[in-house]
Amino acid sequence: MTTMNVNTEVRSGETDNTQDVPGSRAPLVLNMDKFNQVTQQVCQVAEARRTPMAWYITFAIGLGLLSLLGFCIVYLIVTGVGVWGLNNPVMWAYDITNFVFWVGIGHAGTLISAILFLFRQKWRTGINRFAEAMTIFAVMCAGIFPGIHVGRVWVVYWLFPLPNQMEMWPQFRSPLLWDVFAVGTYFTVSLLFWFTGLVPDLATMRDRAKGKIQQIAYGAFALGWRGSNRHWHRYERAYLLLAALSTPLVLSVHSVVSFDFATSQLPGWHTTIFPPYFVAGAIFSGFAMVVTLAIPAREMFGLKNLITLRHLDNMNKVILLTGCMVGYAYAMEFFIAWYSGAIYEKFAFINRAFGQYWWAYFLMVSCNVITPQLFWFKAIRTSIPIMFALSLLVNVGMWFERFVIIVTSLANDFLPSSWDVFSPTWVDIGTFFGSFGLFLTMFMLFCRFLPMIAIAEVKAVMPEADPHFGDDHQGDDSDHGHADAKEAHA
Amino acid sequence: MSETTKPSKADSTPRSYGLIAEFETPAQIMKAAERVRDSGYKWWDCCTPFPVHGLDKAMGIRQTILPIIVFFMGMAGTFTAFVLQSFTNASDWTVWAGVWVTGYPFLISGKPFMSLPAFIPVMFELTILFAALSTFGLMFAFNGLPQLYHPLFRNKRFRRATDDRFFIVIEARDPHYFKARTRAFLESLDPIAVEEVED
Repeated sequence: MTTMNVNTEVRSGETDNTQDVPGSRAPLVLNMDKFNQVTQQVCQVAEARRTPMAWYITFAIGLGLLSLLGFCIVYLIVTGVGVWGLNNPVMWAYDITNFVFWVGIGHAGTLISAILFLFRQKWRTGINRFAEAMTIFAVMCAGIFPGIHVGRVWVVYWLFPLPNQMEMWPQFRSPLLWDVFAVGTYFTVSLLFWFTGLVPDLATMRDRAKGKIQQIAYGAFALGWRGSNRHWHRYERAYLLLAALSTPLVLSVHSVVSFDFATSQLPGWHTTIFPPYFVAGAIFSGFAMVVTLAIPAREMFGLKNLITLRHLDNMNKVILLTGCMVGYAYAMEFFIAWYSGAIYEKFAFINRAFGQYWWAYFLMVSCNVITPQLFWFKAIRTSIPIMFALSLLVNVGMWFERFVIIVTSLANDFLPSSWDVFSPTWVDIGTFFGSFGLFLTMFMLFCRFLPMIAIAEVKAVMPEADPHFGDDHQGDDSDHGHADAKEAHA
Repeated sequence: MSETTKPSKADSTPRSYGLIAEFETPAQIMKAAERVRDSGYKWWDCCTPFPVHGLDKAMGIRQTILPIIVFFMGMAGTFTAFVLQSFTNASDWTVWAGVWVTGYPFLISGKPFMSLPAFIPVMFELTILFAALSTFGLMFAFNGLPQLYHPLFRNKRFRRATDDRFFIVIEARDPHYFKARTRAFLESLDPIAVEEVED
């Protein structure tokens, strides 16, 4: 009996490996039993002479939106932040909403690469590379917004503790400054983690490269990796350390982002549930984005046997879990607003649901609370078109969550005389959609030129990678495991 | 022309880097590695496309000290963040840090200058940052990377070490290395091929 064909059946072009069969592990790599097949399949995407038409179209859309972003930013800088729809009480709106949205997206990549690694979830190897890439590009998008919302962009270096002509330092008791350190560290560590994982795969690409340019480019970044086991030993140790460091880091980053709000005294912001609630929301939105990206990518580059239906099924389960946590947080916020007896807090929440931004609130609840509940049904978890649509809805909902938190709380605070309504200008909207252009452009370049699946890691989780593969586990004297046991006896 | 006047190094037979033996499966290299380890070679290595579980033990590799150094680097990050924040926000000292810099005791809503709880997030972040940077930098440094040239890269067979083949490399500088004897030994391990690599 082989594990390969026990629990797989082909259904509407997809191989279904989501069944759990007692006593056997579901295969993570389908229809492949040779290491070379994995190398071949992943590398051919980057090595292909012809780029798929779909890639060019997506890349062109990305570049178009990227130039919109560039235009909006230049226009903002030369004109001033007045081109945004901000007004006196609502001094944060699209800028910080986008910042929190993008940082949140990034969290799923780190969860997959670090936390699932510590939990020995082997299915992560199929998706961790591009999920980490997504993290890096999302944090790049996020970093833009605090940078440009300061108004005078040319003094943005005041964010950092640098000696300057005013002999002034940043104020380290401010959560906004904690954010600078949290997001800066997060970006750096994510990049290191991603690159560490890439090095062996870049060496694979280097050794296969035919052209001089490819050899030099992949060769330079592969750092001369030659697969030495003495190197692998330190490499695996370092990888474990990076995972162990990234795990508390990723939890801290969105906690610190939530401190931007939670440490203020504004009704609707001043709540202790924010850090865990933000982290759950971040993972929720990030996994939705991974699903959104994985579905077209596996289709476009023919990676269905590496990013299998089981991977998508697992991710949808994570979306369901974190979606429940987000729903619980929404309910608990409301409960505490009532239970606290604080009239401003109570008003803030009733105003959120039934005030001038009621439509944003109901969009948020329907996308974030109701949508993920559909994933209780296996038929939905394993249906590609439905999960794609639902993942998009979750992305929309999570953007509106941040919008609701930020804008409704600011627009109607303690004094009715200082209330106002925020409505975005075309620059607000253009910058937001433009940030997707940056994300898309980077992601398409990554897909085209780098191994988008962790080749070495996938090989290592194949059953063939086990030194005992093919052993009958009985009475083989030359087997080193038994030799060890004998030594222990002696 | 010059060849006739003074014999250059290129004339002499190239120095040998060592011998490589190619294997097809993790199980084979595991058994072979145990035998190389037990035969007393010191300058030898296994090159594999992915980390083979248990090969460290089969080769007798000692545990790296990387985690211990990383711990102290992390502590250095905590300390740096504490000093940075208490100096810039809670002192009026003037010190030399590349240029002369002076701290500024910020009075924010009557909070104490030395507000340790408020300094903790940045202390945490710099702990992680220092630890991660040193993990990354020291792992490659201990491995002797980046090393863009290596004699093994000249061998055509060895290109599959990053794809699907498993290699044992015994270097010529090993005191037990004698070309004929080592080759015979490697061949006794039942490899696909044994080849000499030039330096």
